[in-house]
Amino acid sequence: MEFIENITGMDATAFTAMIPNMLVGCWQVIQIFLLTVLFAVPLGFLVALGRTSRFKILSGIIRIYQLIVRGTPLMLQLMFCMYAPSFLFGLTPHRFAACIIAFVINYAAYFGEIFRSGIQSIPQGQYEAGKVLGYTKTQVFFHIILPQVVKRVIPPTGSEFMVLVKDTALAQIIAQPQLFDIAIKTAAKNVSITPYIAAGVFYLIMSAVVEFAFKKLESKLDYYR
Amino acid sequence: MNLIEANHIEKSFGELQVLRDISMHVAEGEVVAIIGPSGSGKSTFLRCLTQLETADRGEITICGKQMMHTEDNHAVFADPKTLHEITLCAGLVFQNFNLFPHRSVLQNVTDAPIRVLGVSKSEAQQTARTLLEKMNLSDRADYYPCQLSGGQQQRVAIARALALNPRVLFFDEPTSALDPELTGEILRVIRQLADEHMTMVVVTHEMAFARDVADRVIFMDGGVIVEQGRPEEIFGDAQNERTRAFLSSFAQN
Ligand SMILES: Nc1ncnc2c1ncn2[C@@H]1O[C@H](COP(=O)(O)OP(=O)(O)OP(=O)(O)O)[C@@H](O)[C@H]1O
Ligand SMILES: [Mg+2]
Repeated sequence: MEFIENITGMDATAFTAMIPNMLVGCWQVIQIFLLTVLFAVPLGFLVALGRTSRFKILSGIIRIYQLIVRGTPLMLQLMFCMYAPSFLFGLTPHRFAACIIAFVINYAAYFGEIFRSGIQSIPQGQYEAGKVLGYTKTQVFFHIILPQVVKRVIPPTGSEFMVLVKDTALAQIIAQPQLFDIAIKTAAKNVSITPYIAAGVFYLIMSAVVEFAFKKLESKLDYYR
Repeated sequence: MNLIEANHIEKSFGELQVLRDISMHVAEGEVVAIIGPSGSGKSTFLRCLTQLETADRGEITICGKQMMHTEDNHAVFADPKTLHEITLCAGLVFQNFNLFPHRSVLQNVTDAPIRVLGVSKSEAQQTARTLLEKMNLSDRADYYPCQLSGGQQQRVAIARALALNPRVLFFDEPTSALDPELTGEILRVIRQLADEHMTMVVVTHEMAFARDVADRVIFMDGGVIVEQGRPEEIFGDAQNERTRAFLSSFAQN
């Protein structure tokens, strides 16, 4: 017990009380992560389709959306989603919902960019081979192009997922409870940097799980080039 | 009967006129070799015949079905159903194979018959295995394209095209992406198909092959057919100065 107190600068009860709190924080991180992924990945797919669309107006609008989202801080976007509704319409949004909306809007732009470059990296010859064999355009896209796109976008999507794990800490700016918030509060209460280190370890574990899962997925698709 | 009738085909890319009034007729069972310098429009011509490009003017009839004609100086194309039938009637083998990398050799050959023709899986596999055997690839059915040599990949591509049972097969420089020692195996396959009276149009830089296998050789230059005739006429006694210059440049290297 004394050992823990000596190296952490926290008394043992405070230290043991911190762990379950941090696990709650992790669960909040996981919730933000999963909901963002759930909405932003399909949305990113639509963004990519829109960007590569022949309709110039649609692809232009989506390009501007991506430019704005990728060209401004996520922190600012969180603030906007949280506070703009009350300024504009006089209604206060649900904090967690505002948080998820900001993350989804932000990540859909990045996923859209990853998927777009994935789609455009497939050689024209694949479309031509499909056409010459009598496939419809839809068949070409879903049976020939898309499986190859999936393989190509998995590595960059994996890095983006890892960034997302850490970006959840930005939700602090709108006071959305999550791991980072717990780290700050516990650190202040105990006048110790140990909670920060502990939080770091938890972020690292979650990122490592994501990394591991994507490496597995990558090796599953390793059977062709 | 002519399986291919192309009349007065014109095609431009912007300002650049690539095909100028090209006409070509190919009879059933005939093997035609198209030769000519780089940029003369050979690929563009094949691509117009296989619907990968749209000709600006002219008239194309394949397998007795009119694909396009010209009205008031504008190309008019057949309805989607006819175009689809024409697609199925004519196969194309690409220079760089364009196999589907995520599908095994067998799946590359069976996928179109299953998905496009609605053939049952077992029937498609049976046809595919016969074709792969013919291509000397029986032991490679479960490989992926990336595990094959260029020559093997090209033979898979030929089997894939044949699986739809086309009446005409187009080849666009089928050996140009291959190492010299691998071109022979592809040329043998094409020769075998010729012996079976498959109708074929082959764009090639292999002059010896054109001379041996083709019933007729067409020399294209600058978007026109400069000269055509039996191989012995073209290679032995070309009438046109440009043809002679082109062939002698080949003889030198
Ligand atoms: N999609 C395109 N857009 C613009 N120009 C093109 C296009 N495709 C071909 N061309 C041009 O048309 C001309 C003929 O090209 P094509 O590929 O038909 O020649 P080719 O006879 O097949 O040559 P090679 O022997 O090198 O394959 C070339 O000048 C080429 O640059
Ligand atoms: Mg060419």
